[in-house]
Amino acid sequence: MRRTPRLVAALAVAAALSTAGCADAGRNDPGPGATSAAANFPVTVGSVTLAKRPEKIVSLSPSLTEMLFAVGAGKQVAAVDDQSNFPADAPKTSLSGFKPNAEAIAAYAPDLVVLSNDMENIVSALGALRIPVYKGPAATTIDDTYRQLDELGKLTGHPTEAADVVARMRDEIGKLIQDVPQRAVKLTYYYELDPTLFTVTSKTFIGSLFTLVGMENIADPADKTGSGYPQLSAEALLRADPDMIFLADTKCCQQSAATVSARAGWATITAVKNRQIVALDDDIASRWGPRVVDLVRAIVDAVTKAPA
Amino acid sequence: MTTAPSRLRPRWLLAGVASVVVAAVAGLALGPVRLPPGSVAAELLNLLPGVRIDSGLTPPEVAIVTQLRLPRVALGLLVGAVLALAGGTYQGVFRNPLADPYLLGAAAGAGLGATVAIALRGGSSGDETASLPATVPVAAFAGALVAVALTYGLGSAGGRERSPAALILAGVAVTSFLTAAQTYILQSNVQTIQEVYSWILGRLATDGWHDVLVLLPYAVGMAIVVLLHGRRLDVMTVGDEEAAGLGVHPQRSRYLLIVVASLGTAAAVAVSGLIAFVGIIVPHTVRLLAGVSYRSILPLSMLFGGAFLTLCDLVARTVVAPAEIPIGVVTAFFGAPFFIVVLRTAKRMPV
Repeated sequence: MRRTPRLVAALAVAAALSTAGCADAGRNDPGPGATSAAANFPVTVGSVTLAKRPEKIVSLSPSLTEMLFAVGAGKQVAAVDDQSNFPADAPKTSLSGFKPNAEAIAAYAPDLVVLSNDMENIVSALGALRIPVYKGPAATTIDDTYRQLDELGKLTGHPTEAADVVARMRDEIGKLIQDVPQRAVKLTYYYELDPTLFTVTSKTFIGSLFTLVGMENIADPADKTGSGYPQLSAEALLRADPDMIFLADTKCCQQSAATVSARAGWATITAVKNRQIVALDDDIASRWGPRVVDLVRAIVDAVTKAPA
Repeated sequence: MTTAPSRLRPRWLLAGVASVVVAAVAGLALGPVRLPPGSVAAELLNLLPGVRIDSGLTPPEVAIVTQLRLPRVALGLLVGAVLALAGGTYQGVFRNPLADPYLLGAAAGAGLGATVAIALRGGSSGDETASLPATVPVAAFAGALVAVALTYGLGSAGGRERSPAALILAGVAVTSFLTAAQTYILQSNVQTIQEVYSWILGRLATDGWHDVLVLLPYAVGMAIVVLLHGRRLDVMTVGDEEAAGLGVHPQRSRYLLIVVASLGTAAAVAVSGLIAFVGIIVPHTVRLLAGVSYRSILPLSMLFGGAFLTLCDLVARTVVAPAEIPIGVVTAFFGAPFFIVVLRTAKRMPV
């Protein structure tokens, strides 16, 4: 009787984690192939070749949806999945990126499908229907974000806009990081994915942003399997005594500085005592799209204000 | 050994208390984070008024001992005691060796009740660390009671002579039905699914004293009523008519005990989720080791049940630390083989 709940729970965790960006990177990865000169069609990016500009794009990935709109291809997007809630004018549908249904997708007669995870063999299912598929897996570094923006720009006929977006992002992130005050001792941080203390290590995309800002991750020693997404025990967290806590579960799980401070024993943690609990927007914190800049800004703001 | 049911023997009582002490000490001294045992002891003494010893622990480390481990050990003792006592009570009331909170559907009923309560509250309470809403134990209790009533009614539908098999089959059917209903409610309330599932898997939350305080009144009330009925249960084992002849109202006692045991089960399930095996293994082990009188089975089940669950919880939270194994897995994994050893050694199984 308890098998089914456990399986679903495992799936729920897997889903939560992959939204946060732990999905396996690499399979069917188009790779940094084509050069940006190919503005005209036909265009080839990795294994995807489009004869003409796509006008009915379906996106099954919130991060890629944000990228499509950022590079100016928003008008060409016919449908986005149920998690793609930004920008507000994205044509949100009941399509699911986690349980994709090839028939439901085909009903939009797309000339390009973009997705991040090949769930339930959807890529080959769409391939059988002769629908071109671009796969932009969860980024592991900020360069993955830039590359996907660049590739989506080429595929949609907006290579120059994409290059502009990337240049602007590089510029803004560079400036933000430059302004972070140097500290004699690195600040330590804990980044919360959910209230059961799942977190990220510095090896993940999110973790790499904190490393850029010069912070030290308390979860690194706990990641024995190297998944990048370990779960901490409350005991281990108290002993690690982080200087700052970042919450990426404010929307999903209604966590806040108040709820975290009220947890048993947490009042003794340096971050709680010094009120260094930063509530992030779950969506921004779990996506690797153009709003990464906002995430870096939120981190930098908090770190700059933190006491030495 | 064919001696008549005897009173609780002092050496077994002593062994029970000792097991509780050992489990508590182990539960406090050990955990995912290694702390010097001397420092842990010092911090525990510091809890006493007027004592102030420097343990050399940082404030967060002190919190690990006093705010994480201590309430969790207390919760383990309480939940284990309640489940084992409820199991022993059900076995006595139904005169059925297989009766336990699980098989009779009480746990599934409590689970359904609690799920409904959590689902109706919705995912918008905004305060998950405040743990379970106060309505959950009440809803769990209602669910448990309905489930046991259903099982009892269905199991006795065949006639006045309830066979143990009929009762257990009824319990299995009721459990399956309630579990299906619970799964359906969960599927249609996806936003609370994770919260509910982590609870269903059976775990003692590291959540301060909240759960302990929720469970405590139910546990104490149940223990008092059940322990006072030890002699009646002994008398009832000779048969209803004989018991009535001895001035005991078997049916009245039976209903009271079912209600009380279900109440205890419901409260335990509400705070700890569904933890299997404790309710059946502990009372039988006690029965095999310390005699068949309910006057000794009930109090000893309570003590050994608490100690057993506390030790299982220690395993659950340390073996794959920092992650945790659902405690129900540990109770079954260690409980079942141990029980088989006891069974084969004792070579008899009176109820």
